[in-house]
Amino acid sequence: MYGGGNVFEPMKVKELADEDPILLKEFQDRIDRGEKIEPTDWMPELYRKQLIRMIEQHAHSEIIGALPEGTWITRAPGFKRKMALMAKVQDEVGHAQLLYSAAETLGKPREAMIDDLINGRSKYSNIFNYPAFTWADSCFISWLVDAGAIVNQLANAKGSYGPYVRALDRICKEESFHLKYGHDCVASLAAGTPSQRKWMQEAIDRWWAPMMMFFGPSDKISVHSEILIKWKVKMASNDAMRQQFLDMYVPKIWELGFTIPDPLLRKNEEEDKWEITEPDWDEFKRVINGDGPCNKERLAVRRIAEERGKWVREAINRKSEKYMVPLA
Amino acid sequence: MDNQAAIELLYKMADDDLIIGHRNSEWTGVGPILEEDISFSSMAQDKIGHSWGLYKILHQLGESEPDLVAFTRNAEQFHNCQMVEFPIGEYDFSLIRHFLFDYADYHRFEMLENSSLTGLAQLARKIKGEIKYHILHARTWMKNLGNSTDEAKERLQRSLDTLYPMALGIFEKSPYEDQLISDGVFGGEEALQTRWLDSIMEVLRLTDLNHTLDSAASPLIGGRMGKHTDHLQPLLDEMSEVVRTDPTAEW
Repeated sequence: MYGGGNVFEPMKVKELADEDPILLKEFQDRIDRGEKIEPTDWMPELYRKQLIRMIEQHAHSEIIGALPEGTWITRAPGFKRKMALMAKVQDEVGHAQLLYSAAETLGKPREAMIDDLINGRSKYSNIFNYPAFTWADSCFISWLVDAGAIVNQLANAKGSYGPYVRALDRICKEESFHLKYGHDCVASLAAGTPSQRKWMQEAIDRWWAPMMMFFGPSDKISVHSEILIKWKVKMASNDAMRQQFLDMYVPKIWELGFTIPDPLLRKNEEEDKWEITEPDWDEFKRVINGDGPCNKERLAVRRIAEERGKWVREAINRKSEKYMVPLA
Repeated sequence: MDNQAAIELLYKMADDDLIIGHRNSEWTGVGPILEEDISFSSMAQDKIGHSWGLYKILHQLGESEPDLVAFTRNAEQFHNCQMVEFPIGEYDFSLIRHFLFDYADYHRFEMLENSSLTGLAQLARKIKGEIKYHILHARTWMKNLGNSTDEAKERLQRSLDTLYPMALGIFEKSPYEDQLISDGVFGGEEALQTRWLDSIMEVLRLTDLNHTLDSAASPLIGGRMGKHTDHLQPLLDEMSEVVRTDPTAEW
């Protein structure tokens, strides 16, 4: 997990006008040839800024995403599930570590990024502002939220920034196991008792709308991102990713005998396109700006963890050691 | 050989590992730094895996299935030492507990490598190889924090003073102690405590912490006999919250 639906800063074209046009053209040529940009290579400031923002959001999503699933580690039913869920959530925290390192190569220290997270200056995936009430909710996250993240991450893994795409390659390999675990959990509930099936159906009903918003606002209303596509920072449009997810997972959900709470959901075979009820983008904006069911709780948990851990970080921080930016 | 003695030994070991693993897993997502989050999660997975292995041996000796045994007993049926059931507290508390517990755990499995109970001896050899990394982790952090800021040293010292008497409860003797020793199943709690004390003293000497442990401290005992603090039952209620809705269902 858990990247998806990144929010980019509104861009000022002026920032690009300040760049050297020759360097800018060479940079674009390299990207067009499929070369990777490495930390010490020249890059436009705007590229650096947008990448930091994107990778940082992705890293935050991993540690915040560990919270709703993490609460189910202590309740997981039986040894097999408990062991698997612990390993899975640990992977997610490991992804945060990898991603913070990738973002650090661009010059922003991890502490500064976490500081921005807990002070609300930096976003994370909106879906984790919704609560995981039941074991079935955690199964939904492990299977379908991870599935959505894989769609997003596989696309981004073809991007232009070396350290990020290498981190994503590794992350995607681990995610594919999460997907198997999540599917196995959901399939067990599907084949289980009437109450188990009912819990899973209720989880799908609760999580479907946030899941549709996971890939970000519709292309019709999302911020113009032409330059980010040219630079291979953003690799697929939000709608394209949403369509891919629907294509892959709606049939699988139906196969398990569950329904999807969207009366308009249907595949338009002529256009080869899924039709869905338009997600409530006002709710999306409200939640991403801090007014969702769990925003305050998630950030409070993170803030408390940071405050309680401060003495540890201070104790291991040798003043004589210079801050080293990771190389790749 | 009377199985009862071995069963009692296996239960206390399995319960110790399950409960401390459960507690350490509570650091997931809230550790002081990401790397520690990941380490505590790794060690928690190992511990719960170890308990699972031990419950499987118990099952071979005629006890119920591991999932039933672990997820459906009440507090008074658990034989873990009381130290492991306390909440995680601040990081210094969890670190000192991990340090004190894991050296004992390491030496226990080391002693069991030659147990006359062959299944246990085999498992012990495998587990010891994993706990080697747990004690390496504990030692590294004790050394780093125990020589760092005043605040870190004060915190560690306070937690050490609190936890040392609790840790002595690890070695609470079983009613079958003599039999376990004479049957060659396990070398006994006293021998274990001696090895443990040597190891923890060796690590403490690498730090600025007080090296003289309170020899008059009275051990926090009772856990091995099913007497527990008020912390254990809520932990078990949480652990079994989903399973209890239908213990016979497949999850």
